[in-house]
Amino acid sequence: MASRAGSLTASDLVAASLHGRKRDIGGGIFQALLILALFVSLLVLLVLLYDVISGGISVFSERGADFLRGRLSIVTAATAGVGQGIFGTLLLTVIVVLVAFPLGIAAAIYLEEFAEDTRFNRFINVNIRNLAGVPSIVYGLLGLAIFVKLLAEFTGGRTALAGGLTLAVLVLPIVIITSAEALRAVPHSIREAGYGVGATRWEVIRSHVLPSAAPGILTGTVLSLSRAIGETAPLLLVGAVTGFLASGGASLYEQLYGGYTALPVVIFRWASLPSQDFRALTSAAIIVLLALTLTANALAIILRNRYERKW
Amino acid sequence: MTSGAIDIGALQGSPQRRRRESLILRAFQLAAALSVLISAGIVFSLLGEAIVFLSNVDLSQLFAGGWYPRRGEFGIATIVTGTMVVTLVGMVVAAPLGLAAAVYLSEYAKPRVRRTVKPILEILAGIPSVVIGFFALTWISPEVIQRFFNDASAFNMAAAGLGVGILVTPLVASVAEDALRSVPQALREASVGMGARKRTTTLQIVLPAAVSGIVAAFIIGMSRAIGETMVVAIAAGGTGGSAFTVDPTGPGQTMTAAMTALAVGSDQVRGTDGTFQSLFFVGLLLFFITLTLNILSERFVRRVRQKY
Repeated sequence: MASRAGSLTASDLVAASLHGRKRDIGGGIFQALLILALFVSLLVLLVLLYDVISGGISVFSERGADFLRGRLSIVTAATAGVGQGIFGTLLLTVIVVLVAFPLGIAAAIYLEEFAEDTRFNRFINVNIRNLAGVPSIVYGLLGLAIFVKLLAEFTGGRTALAGGLTLAVLVLPIVIITSAEALRAVPHSIREAGYGVGATRWEVIRSHVLPSAAPGILTGTVLSLSRAIGETAPLLLVGAVTGFLASGGASLYEQLYGGYTALPVVIFRWASLPSQDFRALTSAAIIVLLALTLTANALAIILRNRYERKW
Repeated sequence: MTSGAIDIGALQGSPQRRRRESLILRAFQLAAALSVLISAGIVFSLLGEAIVFLSNVDLSQLFAGGWYPRRGEFGIATIVTGTMVVTLVGMVVAAPLGLAAAVYLSEYAKPRVRRTVKPILEILAGIPSVVIGFFALTWISPEVIQRFFNDASAFNMAAAGLGVGILVTPLVASVAEDALRSVPQALREASVGMGARKRTTTLQIVLPAAVSGIVAAFIIGMSRAIGETMVVAIAAGGTGGSAFTVDPTGPGQTMTAAMTALAVGSDQVRGTDGTFQSLFFVGLLLFFITLTLNILSERFVRRVRQKY
């Protein structure tokens, strides 16, 4: 509202005369409060990053790659590392990608492209939205009851496979919802053009709809992946190892059907140890985790901004 | 094909193509139906063990003065109250911050500011809860809570609540912003045309018009806060058990933290005498509370959509 002398624009003049030359002090305060609220949220982010980085950076400068390769330990801080955690998180991520992405995208294609407005299909839609709001720890219970106990023959109990499947089920609703949104954004004219030249539904989807929706689908899946990477509670329930994990030289099969741990689980375990040495290690492990999830998030945001198309 | 007329068969396409088409449809349908199977799986796995728990445990223990599963005391009131305290503290932070951020982004921010601020909020939303938990324990608790309350313990529900609030703020902001932006521009223009100032327009026209969406944002935030696990498990203390307490400056136990405590305790979730099943009973309770809140918020969101 404060119009600088000399640079009065027409709208400033109109505003000033309409306001009876009274300054809108209340309005200014209101806007300042809004900005303050936003500023507080951003400040929290900065303080958090500063706190974590200043706490954990010494670990990297002192031990460097040794920390990234080190094995899980809750006893000796000097040799403990996040190697097994990183490996476990990557293994779980691969399972999530292989299971949740194809299923989620297929379900989204069905709901958006094939499903007619029947009662059952509406029920599926509502059901998926509700599943997306179920707390992650409840998915842990599901994993515990189904993948660890009921399907023990197939998963081998508390194994990386059971953990990965639990996370896959957890992110499935998010993958479906974001993919469905991306498909919905593709205009009908594109589909009709395909039908017009005699293509079947699947042909239209495969060669026109999916390529157009691909950036949107990719953004959603990457975001859900970042969610899966940071998820801790369900893994604790389905038996991610928190203390000591024997490993070394095992084949991929043995890794899948063996004990496992994950980066956020390591962080949780270390965070609950009272020793100062482990506090620094926790910060360092958080830096690694944030590097993974924030990279995934930033990638998704960049993808969206670059390919966001207005039809 | 010799005659000029086209027969029906030619229009239907090759049978092989049609067979492939219906096969694909079935496969996709199956993928979508799987989500129903997941819901059924959740309900049955929770219900089954919860019933076993209720039939084995001495029901009077559900109203015990504390939550000590290893001693056979399952005071539900203790963990429900703990959850309420943490959620309340969280919402005291997240509701005003989230709403203010939403109002600013939707009503005041220039497009360029919006484009830079929104991704930052999304990054805040993408920080894993275990990280916020560590932050709550090592920074919020000593630097904020213990500074204001000298006798607060290192593990306290207020710090956990603030952490949960940080976690929920971006969610509240994003849902509330959607609601504000769906208020038709014509309403704002009519108000400004009458000579109302920006603040008056925002407070008396836009906010009332979007109120059900804002309520939905608060409810979704609450549901998320209630289900939040890692922040509370790390920062609120109460490993092993807790007595009934409403004091936010002291340690406490929430439903979710009680579950992780059972899962990572020394005797793990194998458990004897009902500790294992109590996990599922608490989970069932949590599931129904959050489901009710989610359905409620969905109602409110739909009301906005119907209106405009």
